[in-house]
Amino acid sequence: MASGRRNVWRALAAEPLGVMGGAIVLTFVVMALFAPWLAPHDPFKIDVMHKFASPSLAHWAGTDQLGRDLLSRIIYGARTALGVAITATGIAGLAGILLGLVAGYGPRWLDSLLILCFDSMTSLPMIMFALAVITVLGPSTATLILVIILVSIPGYARFIRAQTLSLVRSDFILAEQAMNASTARIILLHLLPNVAGQLLVVLSMDVPVVIMLEAGLSYLSLGVKPPTPSWGNILYDGYVSLRQSPGMVIIAGIPLILATLGFTFLGEALRDALDPRLQMRTLT
Amino acid sequence: MLSYAIKRIGLALLIIFVVMLVMYAMVFLVPGDPASLALGPRATPELKHELMVRMGLDQPIYVQVWNFFRNALTGDLGYDVWSKRPVSEMIAEVFPNTLFLGAVAMSIALVAGIGLGCLAVVWQGRTVDRVLAVLSVSMISIPSFVVAIYLLLVFAVWLGWFPAIGAGEAGDWGSQIRAVVLPAAAIAITWVGYLARLVRASMLEVMSANHVRTARAFGLTQAKIVLRYALRVAIVPVVAIVAVGFGSILSSAVFVETVFSRPGIGTLITSAVQKRDFPVVMGCVLFMTAFYLTVVTLADLLMAKLDPRVRDTLRG
Repeated sequence: MASGRRNVWRALAAEPLGVMGGAIVLTFVVMALFAPWLAPHDPFKIDVMHKFASPSLAHWAGTDQLGRDLLSRIIYGARTALGVAITATGIAGLAGILLGLVAGYGPRWLDSLLILCFDSMTSLPMIMFALAVITVLGPSTATLILVIILVSIPGYARFIRAQTLSLVRSDFILAEQAMNASTARIILLHLLPNVAGQLLVVLSMDVPVVIMLEAGLSYLSLGVKPPTPSWGNILYDGYVSLRQSPGMVIIAGIPLILATLGFTFLGEALRDALDPRLQMRTLT
Repeated sequence: MLSYAIKRIGLALLIIFVVMLVMYAMVFLVPGDPASLALGPRATPELKHELMVRMGLDQPIYVQVWNFFRNALTGDLGYDVWSKRPVSEMIAEVFPNTLFLGAVAMSIALVAGIGLGCLAVVWQGRTVDRVLAVLSVSMISIPSFVVAIYLLLVFAVWLGWFPAIGAGEAGDWGSQIRAVVLPAAAIAITWVGYLARLVRASMLEVMSANHVRTARAFGLTQAKIVLRYALRVAIVPVVAIVAVGFGSILSSAVFVETVFSRPGIGTLITSAVQKRDFPVVMGCVLFMTAFYLTVVTLADLLMAKLDPRVRDTLRG
């Protein structure tokens, strides 16, 4: 096991893009964890006298339309982005594992019913479904997380179901069944450990998508509500004052680009290092 | 073939039915009714009652469900809470703009994506190939609305080459094309990356096939082999993915249309969500789902006609 882990690290370190991605991700994680210590100013403090200030020694990234320090807002925005992404993919991953195992190992009628539900969900254009849910529940961070969970579950569940189905006929499961092992024992002790690891790679590849969705919906004023800093609503503030202060929108887009690139590079390197068979899934 | 077609279309219809049911159930799952949601907390009881009657919410649930399905099947998607216009009319008015945007974006993606994929194969393993690989991953992962805002800033605000807002004058093709360039480019960029990767991967597979080896044995240049012999076979998975891609392109249109204040389904549904105008949101979602399913089903049937192996996927 230890040497296997070392191999993964070696494979990761051999990918320059993966290393770069890892460094970017680490930077954002540190930003999110230590935001109160790293942010040079209070991200909520309004100072109208100094609105739209250009980058200076006092405000490294300048200030926004209310004179709030842009860099501090971006640092706190990392907290929002990663918080939403980790909560949503975590819960969706757990629910996906549960439903996928039930569909793959449960009775056939249940499998057909679940597959119909998953297919109906995935055949809805994702953003359309998200907008419908937001209309009903009203825009908020909680709604945003729920929406991301709901749209992600079918994909994860289908993935786990496919993995489960391919395992169900393998010798070690047949042996367990022959020894009269309980369904719970087979699912928890034998199927779960074999499918969960692979899902982790898929989840990590979805983090940039979730970050993008959070920012996109917050940009449309349908996600994280101001004044809570989110990269999406910071970008929106910049977009609205595009003509007075173009610098703001340029700076506001950078964390989004860096974060999505960083997570993607890291995710791809992880996937190649851990499980090259997954390559086709993410490619198509 | 016929039985495959029936199964495939039946599945699409079943999915639409489930989607409609879920959409309708959602309205009842939440506290409050659509009328109070749309009117806000300060609405008078009379106003609320009037809207409830207009939306048919005063009738028993089974009548409501029946009416909803019957109306939707006849193309009646209800009325806008605010302007009282039929939702189907509002969709018909803006949908051509979104369709045009999607078609231009897909064309850009196809030309650039296939082109870059071919370049990567011609220079396989060289610096160009490696640079293109990084470039395609980057294009796939960067959010299209961020690209849209940067394009808007540089080419519309600073350089003034293209209009910053709108979809151009009706009937004036020149202005419509000028207005579609930037949003289409922003949407296309993700798919340029996808297609470049897909074409490269599927072409490399073809490059080891017998007919390509024979061509090479005859001393043909790499570029000639790629363009004349390999691309023809390698393009098949691209055709398969274009239909699905069209759906996701229409989804990114929601963000990009808003950035360019371009009339379309995206701006229509976004403003309806902000006003919590449920009939418009429901109508748009149903329409887009039906449209997307139609495109995907047609593409599947076309693929099944071209490649008999596809028909086996629904068997058993």
